[in-house]
Amino acid sequence: MEVPILRQGQYLIASIQSALTDADLSHLREALIAQVGRSRCRGVIVDVTALDVMDSFAVRTLRDIAHMARLRGAETVIVGIQPDVAFAMVQLGLTLKGVATVLDLEEGLAFLDGRTKERTLEVKPKRPSGRG
Amino acid sequence: MDTKKSVSVSTRTAESSALSESSAGLLRELVAHLRQNRTQLREEWARRITRAELLTAMTEEEIFAEATAVYDNYVEALETGTFEALQAYSRRLSERIIPRGVETDEVVGIVLLLRDVLARSLFTKYQDNVEKLNRILDSYEPAANRIANTVAVGFVEERERIIRQQQEAIRELSTPVLQVRERLLILPIIGVIDPQRARQLTEQLLRAIRANRAKVVVIDVTGVAAMDSGVANHLVQTVEASRLLGATVIVTGLSPEIAQTLVTIGVDLSEMATVGDLQGGIEEAERLLADRAPPAPPMRGELPPETSR
Repeated sequence: MEVPILRQGQYLIASIQSALTDADLSHLREALIAQVGRSRCRGVIVDVTALDVMDSFAVRTLRDIAHMARLRGAETVIVGIQPDVAFAMVQLGLTLKGVATVLDLEEGLAFLDGRTKERTLEVKPKRPSGRG
Repeated sequence: MDTKKSVSVSTRTAESSALSESSAGLLRELVAHLRQNRTQLREEWARRITRAELLTAMTEEEIFAEATAVYDNYVEALETGTFEALQAYSRRLSERIIPRGVETDEVVGIVLLLRDVLARSLFTKYQDNVEKLNRILDSYEPAANRIANTVAVGFVEERERIIRQQQEAIRELSTPVLQVRERLLILPIIGVIDPQRARQLTEQLLRAIRANRAKVVVIDVTGVAAMDSGVANHLVQTVEASRLLGATVIVTGLSPEIAQTLVTIGVDLSEMATVGDLQGGIEEAERLLADRAPPAPPMRGELPPETSR
């Protein structure tokens, strides 16, 4: 089952609608990473609200997406993890370390707005600071 | 040979049936005796209870009233050989007296006293006929033991039921998740955390985070006296799970004892933000909420300092 990838301003939104097979997940990863560069977007949101199970492969794929998108110049945020799923993940030791997670799509957009703003502000004053 | 054996067997059956018949008769005689001397034996029993300083939480009239009811139920149980009525009565009695602080040994004590009082009266009555006394006691003792057993078990069961009920009530009362202001939740934990309660706490917290769209959660453990590695790890897991829902957790009020225990047993709390007390925790939370830009971005270092060289 294909996951639709929508474009919203500078961001890509992938909204997972139903349980995915490993192949679907891999496909999602490839499609997202390809699109990040093509559309020059600054952020990626993966919405997992509809998932009530998250296995280790899914978690690893989400983490890979975040890291790969970063290499292509975009921030990733995972939104909509259900409370039960969150606790089950933690118990299995799948904590998505180093990946931003927020409550829902709205929060995700706010988060990315904050991050991209921070980045543009950060870059300017830091560059000339000659050290050592 | 065979015939002899069968004869002796049949004789024995006849004997035992005669015995059981007569023991039923003896029991009837016994019950009649207890009915006849009801007033006297009851008074004697109540006196002995007072003298032994049992049931001190109750007045003498109350003791006498209860003694009368127990006595009647006792005799009825002896007579009918069924214990349902006695069981029901002892349950109701327990319900009444447990809140007044009556202890298990007192209840067992009074039942054993009654047994003693009745046995003594039997001794007095049949002291001239030792053989009959023996037979009477043979039928009295098992029934009396069973009665004592029934009453004691009824009391203990009632007590356990009350304890279970109270545990349930405490569990429900003790896990409030409070919203202090927009997007800030407080979870004060008080009392002992067992694995079941820890689980329940986590579930409630995660649901509340979603329902209130919380950004920051302060978990205050000032009221927790002790923590083992299981609970500590559970706390860490709760922090992680909250982060997956986009909320930052601050833990406050870790007592010196708990701090020492946790470090000594080597629980990894490096992922957990901790602040000394609840006030400090709330102040920290307000700071996090004030700069709505992402708190502690998960991945830093787009511009490592080395590149400036």
